[in-house]
Amino acid sequence: MAQPTLELSPKVSDEIRKTTCYMCACRCGINVHMKGGKVAYIEGNRDHPVNQGVLCAKGSAGIMQVNAPSRLRAPLKRVGPRGSGEFEEISWDEAYQIAEGWLRPIRETDPSKLAFFTGRDQSQSFTSFWAQNFGTPNYAAHGGFCSVNMAAAGIYTMGGAFWEFGQPDWDHTKLFMLFGVAEDHDSNPIKMGLGKIKAKGAKVIGVNPIRSGYNAVADEWVGITPGTDGLFILAMVHCLMKAGKIDLDYLARWTNAPVLVDKETGLLLRDKDGKELVIDRKTGKPTAFDTQGVQPDLSATHKDGHKPVLHHMAERYLSDDYAPEAVAERCGIPADKIRAIAAELARVAFEESFELPITWTDFRGETHSSMTARPVSMHAMRGISAHANGFQTCRALHVLQILLGTVEAPGGFRFKPPYPKPATAHPKPHVKVTANSPLNGPHLGFVHGPEDLALKEDGTPVRIDKAYTWENPMSAHGLMHMVISNAHAGYPYRIDTLFMYMANMSWNSSMNTGGVMQMLTDKDPETGDYVIPHIIYSDAYSSEMVAYADLILPDTTYLERHDCISLLDRPICEADAAADAIRWPVIEPDRDVKGFQSALCDLGARLGLPGFTNEDGSQKYADYGDYITNHLRRPGIGPLAGWRGGNGDQTGRGDPNPKQLQRYIDNGGFFVSHIPDGAQYMKPWNSAYQDWAVSMGLYDAPQPYLFSLYVEPMQKFRRAAEGHGEIQPPDHLRARVAENMDPLPFWSDPAPANLVDDYPITALTQRPMAMYHSWGTQNAWLRQLHGHNPLYMPTKLMRENGLEDGDWAKVTSPHGTITVPVMEMAALNENTVWTWNAIGKRKGAWALDEGAVEAKKGFLLNHLIHELLPPKGDGHRWTNSDPITGQAAWFDLKVRVEKAPAPTESQPAYPPIKSPVGKGPKDLAWKVGQ
Amino acid sequence: MTQLPTSTQKKLGLVIDLDTCVGCHACVISCKGWNTENYGAPLSDQEPYGANPSGTFLNRVHSYEVTPLATSAKPHPAAQTIHFPKSCLHCEDAPCVTVCPTGASYKREEDGIVLVNETDCIGCGLCAWACPYGARELDQDEGVMKKCTLCVDRIYNENLPEEDREPACVRTCPAGARHFGDFADPDSNVSRLTAERGGIDLMPEQGTRPVNQYLPPRPKDELPEFDVLAPYLEPVADNPGGFIGWLDRALDKLPSKGA
Repeated sequence: MAQPTLELSPKVSDEIRKTTCYMCACRCGINVHMKGGKVAYIEGNRDHPVNQGVLCAKGSAGIMQVNAPSRLRAPLKRVGPRGSGEFEEISWDEAYQIAEGWLRPIRETDPSKLAFFTGRDQSQSFTSFWAQNFGTPNYAAHGGFCSVNMAAAGIYTMGGAFWEFGQPDWDHTKLFMLFGVAEDHDSNPIKMGLGKIKAKGAKVIGVNPIRSGYNAVADEWVGITPGTDGLFILAMVHCLMKAGKIDLDYLARWTNAPVLVDKETGLLLRDKDGKELVIDRKTGKPTAFDTQGVQPDLSATHKDGHKPVLHHMAERYLSDDYAPEAVAERCGIPADKIRAIAAELARVAFEESFELPITWTDFRGETHSSMTARPVSMHAMRGISAHANGFQTCRALHVLQILLGTVEAPGGFRFKPPYPKPATAHPKPHVKVTANSPLNGPHLGFVHGPEDLALKEDGTPVRIDKAYTWENPMSAHGLMHMVISNAHAGYPYRIDTLFMYMANMSWNSSMNTGGVMQMLTDKDPETGDYVIPHIIYSDAYSSEMVAYADLILPDTTYLERHDCISLLDRPICEADAAADAIRWPVIEPDRDVKGFQSALCDLGARLGLPGFTNEDGSQKYADYGDYITNHLRRPGIGPLAGWRGGNGDQTGRGDPNPKQLQRYIDNGGFFVSHIPDGAQYMKPWNSAYQDWAVSMGLYDAPQPYLFSLYVEPMQKFRRAAEGHGEIQPPDHLRARVAENMDPLPFWSDPAPANLVDDYPITALTQRPMAMYHSWGTQNAWLRQLHGHNPLYMPTKLMRENGLEDGDWAKVTSPHGTITVPVMEMAALNENTVWTWNAIGKRKGAWALDEGAVEAKKGFLLNHLIHELLPPKGDGHRWTNSDPITGQAAWFDLKVRVEKAPAPTESQPAYPPIKSPVGKGPKDLAWKVGQ
Repeated sequence: MTQLPTSTQKKLGLVIDLDTCVGCHACVISCKGWNTENYGAPLSDQEPYGANPSGTFLNRVHSYEVTPLATSAKPHPAAQTIHFPKSCLHCEDAPCVTVCPTGASYKREEDGIVLVNETDCIGCGLCAWACPYGARELDQDEGVMKKCTLCVDRIYNENLPEEDREPACVRTCPAGARHFGDFADPDSNVSRLTAERGGIDLMPEQGTRPVNQYLPPRPKDELPEFDVLAPYLEPVADNPGGFIGWLDRALDKLPSKGA
């Protein structure tokens, strides 16, 4: 039989429109193939710096997001009780009138009565600008319940952390160590990097209680006990210091290891200009750290007894408390394995080192003929940070990298512009509220001592989330997870309007989900009004949170909107280049919806916010695209760095260019400016990099700095707790502040506060790679990959409880109980259970059938986690957060598990909410071409 | 009964690296997207928003757990997770072709790709029964058999840039775990990878002579025992005082870098 003749060169599409993905937070470049004006196929953009052509499952499934039946269609006004899902569609004009009716009186009297929190927001420099103009101090995005410990610990320690701040030097690294649950952030770049180093034969060590994903391909798996990463890391620090396997030259030159610590105050010794003092090995005299020709001495002690930081570290970490034998049982890692890994780090960092022939000049004016590689790199995200000890654990990890001399060295960890940027180069928090006026500056920033806290004169918190208070002084990203419970409790005060964006707070984005639903629907018995009187919410989809709002501003999908991935915000830079990007409407919405940021331009103008109105009172920005093009944050600095100036020939600094967005579109949706040769490594100290950064507008002046092994601002808080200074913590927090604000990393055990004696098993969640951070778990294709989320249990616990796959178990924490299906997993720490996060759905949400597997068998661990710790009997309820940053301690959850009779559905089960968008179709065969 | 060609000019296929696959499903969805829009009937989904959604996929990733046998050196080996992407292997002795009653299933003489001519397919499902790998799926909406085409409408497609003339799954794989090429050419990338890394046939006992090759995972958890690495952690001091003394000596020995 003759073979059929095939059309081997069918037309692929009419046109390719290049924009930026938003199926998660990684912001890859995508080619959107169009046929007949419709989206036909989505693939990665090969030219794009983030993904270089590859694309994950989420990205390719974007086409099912654009046609999702859960898309909201028009502004909605609640007509039934809160939580019922009963709405009527209204016009945008009516929606704005309602919003203005609530917001204008607040602004005219007390702007702090508005709490404006944005969730998975990629426009924080814009939304914060709006909130600042409104005048409320109550603004943050979701960092506080995500990974602020990693970010803040990185910035205070070395001027940046992982993911958006930096990346392994994939081209030169020979050993990559991955800590914690991390199949999420930086998803494609990490996979590309793993592929690259595997192809070269470099080794991967995975430290994670769960051997899935990246840990499945790791050459060596360390199935650590959750919450003990800091102890493991400090044990390796112990081994490395004891063996002298630390990079002395690097530590002396680029870190505060040689800086003298005042023996009385614990603060760093400084000269009259405020510069840290080191002992110059040539003269033996205290000398400013940046003096030309200084040779900072790590060994000598000041004649008055002040010792350098490294002495303090030796005293702490050489202690037998950190010996592998002392920590092995707690960490669940044999002592010899801890030693073997430490030895391997030392071997690769120092024995496999090499020189890159790059000539460079440091900030002291010394020219070097090469750069020394330390080819050990590391990565971590939420896994080690979402614990009450997370800040200090992240600090420990950064300190480990610095001791090995790997940070910014070839083969190690490299910052991405605008990082490195030390904490001192960031703003401080601003909280001065004035009726009818903007806030006095940006909300979020970095505190450097008690004087920077956000406290009223009576010592109560200025912010509704209690950020920057003695409970969590360094809460650099705010505490979104505490907003609803604080507002409900009326402490620190009642609010009038809660305004949120892309944050599923009545479901998977809250601890204590059932409690939060109650708080959102509770009424004040005196007035009969809701305790939180008004809730405005913006989302593109019919999420669980929609049902709990009074007014819905329907957002667009990511292919129907303008966005900028800005250097002012969370950029997409690479270690070799500064880069930013846009989204643009590659299709127009077929519904009465509007990009949330454009709606804020409208609403800002209606409210007369100064940043959103012209002098004559007219609307300043027609929409977000107009803002992106024309907004100036500082003279010459706007949201986008590329093609600035009237002719579009300026980079970084320049006047607005009316054709800037088109230039981005013509270039594939992004802009890249490469760091010059010689400036790519050693950036915090490299004059060529510092000068380039100034020319780009990343800094206004060169600002070389020392890495902070010892974080002095923490010692300032600790001194206050010891009674020094005028600004004093309340007595009940004194001991806690003194213990936790330790300027050197230490490990504390979060388990006792979570009643580990009665609840001996740790329960964790991960996001599946095909759904991480995705606003698309209802996606028709993706839900076929991860529609079930059994509770994975280790073999030992399955046997002890007589469980088999498909059985059900009752899981009990100090806070609550769930009953869920279980499945055995052998490659799992033997005292840990886990499930995929956010698979479980509320019946009626997301345009899914009420019998959807996600609603019947899916479940959330959130029901087991409370925003407060169990009572300790001391009269206080402590938050389930890191005491330094306030990061939600999701992964400290302790539970008991026992076999249970199979219920008809996962418990707890909630009644359905009415879908404002109906249900999806019965069948799908989505071919847009003929 | 349909004839296989006695030989093919090329043997196009995939190398799938099980040492590198992280199980992210990028290939699964990229394949779904391309092949829904392109070759033949779209890959349909039933109850896409319903109680139990199911649809047609030409490529799926399965995850397996493996617990290595205990040895005297490793009495308690850790369990391992292996992600295993599976699609048509374009077998040289493809039982799905010979079983086809209408000739709809065939293996191309020029490149060895196994395809279904949907106009001749009666949806009887015999080929899916015959395939030992479970690589074929009957589309419930269209009633025809669907399978991996190796993106035959991409790999020769002159409307695509040359660098994109590879299967969608290969182009998208973030970890670079999938490779496409001609196994008939001993110098091709896929032939070299297979030789270097010991690529294997899947289920060779079935006698299907699959073209696609799997690269086995490298040995895991092989970090040397600490005694081998001990020299790297030879102590320089046992207490802080000794450490400071060592520091002083070590700093004296540092080569002076710089100009």
